[in-house]
Amino acid sequence: MSLLLLIEQVLNGLQFGVMLFLMAAGLTLIFGVMGLINLAHGSLYMVGAFAAAAVAGFTGSFVLALIAALAAAAAAGALIELLVIRRLYDRDHLDQVLATFALILIFSEGTRYIFGSFPLFLDIPAALSGPILLPGGIYYPLYRLVIIGAGLLVAAGLFLLIARTRIGVQIRAGEADREMIAALGVDISKLYTLVFALGAALAGLAGALVGAIQSVQVGMGEPVLILAFVVIVIGGIGSIKGALVGSILVGLTDTLGGVLLPPLFATFMEPSSANAVGSAVASMAIYILMAGVLLFKPSGLFGGT
Amino acid sequence: MARETLLNIVLFALLPVTALAAFMLDEPFVITLVTKAAILALAGVGLNIALGLGGLVSFGHAAFFGLGGYAMGVLASHAQSYTPIMESPFLIEGTKSMLVIWGVAIVTGGLAALAIGALSLRTTGVYFIMITLAFGQMLYYFAISWPAYGGEDGLSIYIRNEFPGLNTLDPIQFFAIAFGVLAIVLFIASRLAKSPFGLALSAARQNAERVETVGITPFRLRLVAFVISGAITALAGALFADLNRFVSPTMFSWHTSGEIMVFVILGGVGRLFGPVAGAALYILLEHVLGGLSDFWHIYLGLLLLLVVLFARGGLIGTLAGREVAHD
Repeated sequence: MSLLLLIEQVLNGLQFGVMLFLMAAGLTLIFGVMGLINLAHGSLYMVGAFAAAAVAGFTGSFVLALIAALAAAAAAGALIELLVIRRLYDRDHLDQVLATFALILIFSEGTRYIFGSFPLFLDIPAALSGPILLPGGIYYPLYRLVIIGAGLLVAAGLFLLIARTRIGVQIRAGEADREMIAALGVDISKLYTLVFALGAALAGLAGALVGAIQSVQVGMGEPVLILAFVVIVIGGIGSIKGALVGSILVGLTDTLGGVLLPPLFATFMEPSSANAVGSAVASMAIYILMAGVLLFKPSGLFGGT
Repeated sequence: MARETLLNIVLFALLPVTALAAFMLDEPFVITLVTKAAILALAGVGLNIALGLGGLVSFGHAAFFGLGGYAMGVLASHAQSYTPIMESPFLIEGTKSMLVIWGVAIVTGGLAALAIGALSLRTTGVYFIMITLAFGQMLYYFAISWPAYGGEDGLSIYIRNEFPGLNTLDPIQFFAIAFGVLAIVLFIASRLAKSPFGLALSAARQNAERVETVGITPFRLRLVAFVISGAITALAGALFADLNRFVSPTMFSWHTSGEIMVFVILGGVGRLFGPVAGAALYILLEHVLGGLSDFWHIYLGLLLLLVVLFARGGLIGTLAGREVAHD
C-alpha cells in the first residue's frame, strides 16, 4: 500500500463524509428541534438531484442546477411539512417512521412516473473537471476537492447560523423548550416549517453535488439516508457537532475499510478468501463502528442525556 | 371484545376459504397469493410480539426474515449439489427436509435476535429503531458481499423442500403447510399474550418503572420477547424462501423491515390478528392496484399515510373499535 493511494483514499473518505454531513445535519436538526424521525429525508436528496439534472439538461448551467436543487428540495420539504409532517410532531416514533416510509413510497414512485426508470446524468462543469496536482505529487479530481470545500463551508455557515443569528437562537430555544418560546411570541409552526425546509435544502444540495459523480436515479437517497442515520446515532441525535464528527468518522471508515481490510486479512489468510472476507467485513464496518459506539455511549458521542 | 373475536374468526377463515375456492376454480396463482399472505402474516405475527406486546419498534426484522431464508437456501443448496456444508471438525450435510430447515431457521433467528437484542436493548426510543435498522443493513451488505451463496444474485433452489406425507410442489398442499404453521404460531402468540410473561411484558411497555418496582427486570422480558419474535420471523423467512424457491439479499433489505412493519400497522398494532389482516390487505392491494397501475406504490403510500394519520388502530381497530389498545 503506497502512501499516495492512502492519501487519495483519505480525501475520498473526507468527501464522502462531508456529503453525509449535509444529509445528517438536516436530519439531526429536525430531530433536535421537532423530535421527528424523517425517513423521507433521502427522498428530498433525490428531489434535489433530479431537479439539478433536469435543469442542467435544459440550460446547461451547473450554477442554475444547484439553485434549482436547493429550491426544489426546500419547496418539497415545506410542502410535506405543511401537509403531513406537522400532524406527526405529537405522535410516537412508530407513527413517524410509518408515515415517512409512506412518503418515500410516494416520492419514489412519483419520480419514477415523471422521469422514468432510467438514470439521468448530471455533468461536472467543465471548469471543475479533470484532476489537479496537489503538493506531494498527488493528482486528485478537482470536483471532489470542491465538494469537500463546499461542504465545509456549509458546515461553517450552519454553525454560524445556529450560534450567531436570531433564527439560530430561536432554533436552540425550540430544542430546549417549545412551549416556552411559543409563549414568548415566536411563531413556532413557522419556525418548524423553516427548519424543515432548511434541512431539506441541505439534503437537496447534497443530492445535486453527488449527482454529478454518480448517476441520478430513483432510490438513490435510501442508502445515503441510512448512512446519515448511522452518522447521527454515532454523533448523538440532535447535535450538529456530533453530526460533523460522525460523518467524517463514517466517511473515513467506509472508504478506508474497503481499501485496508482485504490486505489486512491477507496477512493471515489465503489471498482468495481474504479478499472475500475482507470486503464483507469492510461493507459492515460502519455498522460495527456504530454498534461499538452505542455499546460505550448509548446516546452517541455528543448526545445529551 | 366480542366484535374483535368475531372479526378474528372471519379473518382466520378467510385465508383457507379463499385458497379452497381457488382450488375448486383451478386458479393455482391465487392459491400462491394466499400462501404468500399467510407467510407474510407469520412474519408480522413475529414482529407483533416485539412491537405490539413489548413496544419495541424494531426496524430490522428483515435480519431475521433473511436469516430464515438463507437457512433454507444454504441447507437446500448443499443438498441439491450433494456437497457437505463443512467436513471438519465434523460433517454437516445439507438437507431437503422442511422440518429440519425450520428448526435451523428458528434457532438461527433466535440466536441472532439474542445477540442483536442484547446490544440494541441497551438503548431506547429512536436509538433502538436506528440500531436495529443498522443491524439489518449489516446483514444485508454481508449477504451482498459474501460470494459463497450467490452474493448479490441470490440463490435458486430448483425443487421445493420435502414435508413428510405431502407433495409440497402442489400449491394447495404447500398452502396447507404454511397455514398450519400460521395457525400454530397464532395459538402460541395468543397464549403468550395472556401468560404471566406476556402480561409482565405488556406492563413493562406501559410503565417500565412500575414493573421494576415490583421486582421484574424489563430488560430480560424484552430480550426474551425479542428472541421469540426473531425466531418466528426467521421461520416465516424459511417458508417464504421455500415459496419462491429463491433467496436473495433483498430479504435482508430495510424495505423488507418496513413492509413487515406495514403489515402490523395496516392490520392494527398489538392485535393478535392484526398482521393477518394487514398481510392479506397488502397482498390484495398489490394484486389489485398492481394490475391497475405500474405505480401502485403511490396508492399504497397514500393509504398507509391515511391509516397512520386518521385510522390509528389499523384495519382491526377501525372495524372492531378501540377495545383492546386503550393505553
